[in-house]
Amino acid sequence: MNEFDWLPAIIAMVVCIIIIMVRVFMGPGAPTRLVAFDTVNTLVVTSLVIVAMMFKHVIFVDVAIVYALLSFTMTLYVAKYIQGDKF
Amino acid sequence: MALNTVSYVFIGIGLFFNFVGAFGLHRFPDVYTRLHAATKCTTFGSIFLILAVIMQSAGIWAQGETSQSIMCIHSVLALVALLVTNATGAHAMARAAHRSGEKPARAVVDDLEKKEND
Repeated sequence: MNEFDWLPAIIAMVVCIIIIMVRVFMGPGAPTRLVAFDTVNTLVVTSLVIVAMMFKHVIFVDVAIVYALLSFTMTLYVAKYIQGDKF
Repeated sequence: MALNTVSYVFIGIGLFFNFVGAFGLHRFPDVYTRLHAATKCTTFGSIFLILAVIMQSAGIWAQGETSQSIMCIHSVLALVALLVTNATGAHAMARAAHRSGEKPARAVVDDLEKKEND
């Protein structure tokens, strides 16, 4: 595959992320916004792996792994904050 | 080449499921059904999109260019990290939404209401 064969996939992923960001900004209540933002994080990780394959740079995949683990930590702490626990 | 055809099919399946998840996030009425749509569909779509990347980089690796081996193995690691963290994060978000007092839409009976540890 040519490297420009991956370009429509990335554009479709960006459109998908923009559709979900609408729900992040207008969603009723904090749990809905958290769900939408976690979905955005999943799609960003996938997009980074595709960008790495397109530009043939391995560093994007490493960034994607670290992004996945850090966004998981963010999700856990914000969920703990929403359910009313004390830190 | 058969590998390219399979990769295009995988990219198509992955993008389809990601769009299904994105539209399900807008169409469903409350937090729990939105969580159901968004988390499962985007995890399934991401599996297929990263599998296409893994197959392409493994194909280049099999042709003798060993610099693509790092891309292949690290993509597998990214996929494993995504699978583990998505399931655990979805469970944590559902439990947090229930404990913060969020009700399901048109719910009549909440069986978890009287329990100490939900």
